[in-house]
Amino acid sequence: MKIEVKDAPGQLVGALQPISEVGGNIMAVIHEWDPTLRPKTRVVQVVLEITDERLDDLVRTLKERGVSILGIGEERLLMKRSVIMIGHIMHTDLSDTVGSIDRTGYAEVVEMHVTMPGINQRSSALLTISATNEDNMERAMEILRAVAREKDLLLVETMGEAA
Amino acid sequence: MRVAVLGMGSVGRGVVAVIAEKGLGLTVTGLADSKSGLIEPEGIDLAAALERKRVSGRCGDPAISAMEIVKRGDYDVLVEVTPTDIESGEPGFTAIRTALSMGKHVVTSNKGPLALRFRELMGLAGEHGVQLRYEATVCGAIPIIQTLQHGLAGNTVQAVYGVMNGTCNYILTRMADEGLTYEQALDEAREMGYAEADPTFDVKGIDAALKLVILANTIWKNGATLADVDCTGIDLLTVEALSLADKKNCTIRLIGEVVPEKGLLRVSPRILPKKHPLVVRDNLNAVTVVTDLAGAVTEVGKGAGSVETASAVIGDLLFIKNCHVEGH
Repeated sequence: MKIEVKDAPGQLVGALQPISEVGGNIMAVIHEWDPTLRPKTRVVQVVLEITDERLDDLVRTLKERGVSILGIGEERLLMKRSVIMIGHIMHTDLSDTVGSIDRTGYAEVVEMHVTMPGINQRSSALLTISATNEDNMERAMEILRAVAREKDLLLVETMGEAA
Repeated sequence: MRVAVLGMGSVGRGVVAVIAEKGLGLTVTGLADSKSGLIEPEGIDLAAALERKRVSGRCGDPAISAMEIVKRGDYDVLVEVTPTDIESGEPGFTAIRTALSMGKHVVTSNKGPLALRFRELMGLAGEHGVQLRYEATVCGAIPIIQTLQHGLAGNTVQAVYGVMNGTCNYILTRMADEGLTYEQALDEAREMGYAEADPTFDVKGIDAALKLVILANTIWKNGATLADVDCTGIDLLTVEALSLADKKNCTIRLIGEVVPEKGLLRVSPRILPKKHPLVVRDNLNAVTVVTDLAGAVTEVGKGAGSVETASAVIGDLLFIKNCHVEGH
């Protein structure tokens, strides 16, 4: 979320306070200084975790307190989960396996380590997947399970959000 | 209280040795292995029977069979500790069913009959007003069945997770610690006496799946059987997979899980942070019960071994003695 606050002491805190009041979780606050802006104002980018219902409350509260909201960005990929795949990972088209997650739009493979001990031996790969929320993570895992079944790969999942 | 013991394998010998040493108010009046039996209404000389078994491989008279002891013996509780058969549940199933039908209490360590026909056997016990107890079937020395039935009584059990097979746990610990391949770690487990010559039952997750079925039936009485378990073993794991998990400060364990809300009954290798309570070492077992009132309760202990498993059998025997034979 991008907001505009007055460049004066206490203004930023006053703008951030409602976020925790409505149950949001502030993850990062980034100050931007833009010379084209009106004098004595600052643009602040706030990365936060908040449910859709509470977002409406937040917007209302901020407006009531005279904070200008310049924009509310799209959902970011907030959750990460790692899995290990074992089998003939390269021979069964690794980019197709990764693509099956990336194509969803709500989840993507953000990290990968592959170990290949020998050309005819089974490989092992650690994939870290990001998703926008718990439900989408579960949908992505379902896709991965189906791909693993189809390609005869052993999928080792994490317990909950362990890793 | 008079006890008849069927089975003189590692568990049976452990039970007999503990009774011989500690007494505990238990008198063994019947004793059988697969080839011989003994009936002594006044009490068997257990030290002599153990010695006979060690020297000759038989504990008693070849003319007396186990079933004869079940039918003719003079006992209050049948201790059925014969080997597990997952296809038929025999010979344990018939022995247990016969004893229950005769109004005798039964204590067993045999997973086969319970995993295959839990509801039928518990129904029979209920019909005849006797106890069928089976603490030793799940996680050896850990009193998980007592915990579920009594310690956590009144709680709603939401899920159970556990490391339920010591052989797999030993193999995974050695692969992670020493970088051994699966085959090397399995060979070592065999040398240590943790793995059988044919390790299929353990490493394919079948043993853990049987325990899961027994736990599910204990809690939800849902008639689950082995066929309902989604089961993956550890035999296809690579040492590279363990080292990849290590990069995330995690490791891999074979986890059994029952989550009724999701209809989940699964045994599979899973990635866990090294500090997770279920990451126990070597041949230990660990089980977490998630409940509404008590939250998560985790118990850790030895899952196998003759004395450790005998501990579970003795615990069941004394429970019956205190609450059902002498308690009223």
